[in-house]
Amino acid sequence: MSGEKDLDQLKREAAEKAKAAALAKRQAKAAEGAGQKQEPAVSETKPSAPEMATADTSAQNAGGADDLAKKKAAAAAKAKAAAQAKKKREGIVDEEPAAQAPAADSGADAGADDLAKKKAAAAAKAKAAALAKQKREGIVDEEPAAQAQAANSSAGADSDDLAKKKAAAAAKAKAAALAKKKREGIQDTEEPAVEAEVSGAGDADDLAKKKAAAVAKAKAAAAAKRKAMELAGGAGADNESAPAGDDAKAKAAAAAKAKAAAAAKAKAAAAAKAKAAGGDAAAGDDEKAKAIAAAKAKAKAAAAAKAKAAAATKGGASAADSAESEAAPSANQPYLDKYVKVIEENMGSEVLEDFYINKLSKDVPTLVVKRDAYFKLAQFLKFNELLGFDYLSELHGTDFETHMEIYVHLYSYKNRQSVALKTKIDRNDPVIESVQPIWAGADWPECEAYDLLGIKFTGHPNLHRIFLGEEWIGYPLRKDYEPYDVEV
Amino acid sequence: MVSRTEEMILNVGPQHPSTHGVFRLVVHLDGELITKAEPVIGYLHRGTEKLAEDLQYTQIIPYTDRMDYLSAMTNNYVICHAVETMMGIQVPERADYLRVIAMELGRVASHLVWWGTYLLDLGATSPFIYMFREREMIINMLNELSGGRLTFNYMRVGGVKWDAPEGWIQKVREFIPYMREQIKGYHTLVTGNEIFVNRVTGIGKYTKEDAINYSLSGPNLRCTGVKWDLRKDEPYSIYDRFDFDVITHEGGDALARYHVRTQEIEESLKILEQAVEQFPEEGQILAKVPKIIKAPKGEAFVRIESPRGEIGCYISSDGKKEPYRLKFRRPSFYNLQILPKLLEGENIANMIAILGAIDIVLGEVDG
Repeated sequence: MSGEKDLDQLKREAAEKAKAAALAKRQAKAAEGAGQKQEPAVSETKPSAPEMATADTSAQNAGGADDLAKKKAAAAAKAKAAAQAKKKREGIVDEEPAAQAPAADSGADAGADDLAKKKAAAAAKAKAAALAKQKREGIVDEEPAAQAQAANSSAGADSDDLAKKKAAAAAKAKAAALAKKKREGIQDTEEPAVEAEVSGAGDADDLAKKKAAAVAKAKAAAAAKRKAMELAGGAGADNESAPAGDDAKAKAAAAAKAKAAAAAKAKAAAAAKAKAAGGDAAAGDDEKAKAIAAAKAKAKAAAAAKAKAAAATKGGASAADSAESEAAPSANQPYLDKYVKVIEENMGSEVLEDFYINKLSKDVPTLVVKRDAYFKLAQFLKFNELLGFDYLSELHGTDFETHMEIYVHLYSYKNRQSVALKTKIDRNDPVIESVQPIWAGADWPECEAYDLLGIKFTGHPNLHRIFLGEEWIGYPLRKDYEPYDVEV
Repeated sequence: MVSRTEEMILNVGPQHPSTHGVFRLVVHLDGELITKAEPVIGYLHRGTEKLAEDLQYTQIIPYTDRMDYLSAMTNNYVICHAVETMMGIQVPERADYLRVIAMELGRVASHLVWWGTYLLDLGATSPFIYMFREREMIINMLNELSGGRLTFNYMRVGGVKWDAPEGWIQKVREFIPYMREQIKGYHTLVTGNEIFVNRVTGIGKYTKEDAINYSLSGPNLRCTGVKWDLRKDEPYSIYDRFDFDVITHEGGDALARYHVRTQEIEESLKILEQAVEQFPEEGQILAKVPKIIKAPKGEAFVRIESPRGEIGCYISSDGKKEPYRLKFRRPSFYNLQILPKLLEGENIANMIAILGAIDIVLGEVDG
């Protein structure tokens, strides 16, 4: 008996421990890349932890003062701190550098490796600065992601590695161009971070060589990038919601910075490549000038391409983003309009939090309903003559860490139309009405969501842990889940 | 006064061959009548969706083989299709044909397994042997194509992993008339058999409205007369290029489901016939895709027609190389929900005949 008690206690303790650990982890995560979250509200969250410190300082630097010397000094200090941070967090950082790091390492000799690290630090800072600047837009690190994707997709006929190197070289050319501009006295408030980075990275000898190679590659990369940008679609789209003004400039700078990040990582590799390419491309001032010109042109092209992508894509990314970038009407737009009209006429304009066409998901009309109106709207969707969504295709929950979300995919066999219904619920008290009384097919899926995510569906006739059993501790599909193991 | 015998609880499974896997059914009996049936599932739950959160998209594909292991090709396809939809990847034509041929061969094989095992459930042994003979031929063909008998891991985001080996298309071409001939034989052996027909007529019956309300799909839906096939109605891949019929029957009982499935084999053969005719002489089998595949930030839900019904894949991505959340809409899981309703008030002797007619794969039910 006491043994049984012990076991119970053990379980409780373990659960508590898991919770505490999870909480800590979540906090750490919340501090880290806000980019992992899809919630528009996340825009308030700070950028990733290692980058945060630098981001703040650089924000101050870049935003307020125009004292260049001060900025440089700060940048130098930051580079060191960041380098250390970088060493510590190798691999958990932004996945992009992590992905490229191996490539850089493998191509690097011992000396170059060190250099690459330093440069990576500088690059991280550059990114952080960009982040800080764009914080108000809630843009986090899709930018580098989009760029990286562009780099990846530029593979074209060649291998992926080559593309990466190309992107790296191109980015460097750009960064150099910016730095040069600066040196020539052209004031540009966006630049300090990049400047610092380049001066950190700039052992001139290598640079000249690499730049020469960059010229040749810049063109190909630019073309590939434009193409890839459209492919990158939604990722890029998020960035476009910025107010017009200095938007394009900021973006160009951000792009250069993001690329510089990639460049720093792959620098060693790029250097090797540059040497190989050195044969055809004569190094010299001439080339340098050309590189600068090319880089400038490319930055412009990138900005333009992005603007285009923004117009063309409508991210289903997050509710808020997609709502405001409704550009090209979809074939399903009339249906969405119809649903919204019918719903608003009958239930008032208060029930819907948002509605949009999800371009990523075969243009399905998507309704985001307020939690309190979820059940009523579900009922309405099924029984209204004009809507008649009689078939529940899919129901599941997702833990978005800031909240939970229920996703329901409905189909009307009468009207031959689909709709996706979503609602956000409180993560700490995940309770929502069951739609099992409306669609009998929601029975087991709701049990599944209860079992794996801990969402309680009120009014469900037989809510139980359908897969794991009632004794299971924790909800595995929650992001902070820690497996409970008696033996550990 | 209505007399009732004392309630008896009968436990069926989880290790019982007629449950087609590890499915447990707790049946409450009043004499020989079922008063209540409680399905117990989860014995094969492997947490695919949780595992997938730490895996890159390409790494997830082999996991999908293990869901519906009788039709792994459609599972491969659904996740690739979801990622391709999100990324806007255009699959090369040759790859599309290879995919369709593989999927339709898989559908034939899957329906053959159902056909054979269903009759085995009902006590007929020899059809099972015949149908597994033909199924083995299909599996050998898919083995030549992919290197696996059941867990193919054949498709990739943007295309397929392997091109058809020398002479493989010819093999498929020759298989089609052979299979048609065999089906004729099966029908003479089983379909016209009076004992069989009487055994399955009118059991496990439900209406069109019930089928839709319970989220049934595939043959389980079409047996009530709903003409709905995602290959036809929401065409994906290159299915809009083929001429085939959507088989429906009005009965809504086990016999109607039997007819739907057996006739679907012939429709699949029709598709195969056209696909091998149109098969492009040469071409790429994999689109230009990034080495590290990253679905753009956002979410997508796609659904396709598997032999068991509508298999769907939901991806929520935060732009990384792993999905933030992956969810499979598994047809067997949804189709099985109606079982307690079908069994209530039925004779215990009909239990296995009703369960078998739903055609479940437990790997898919448990996810």
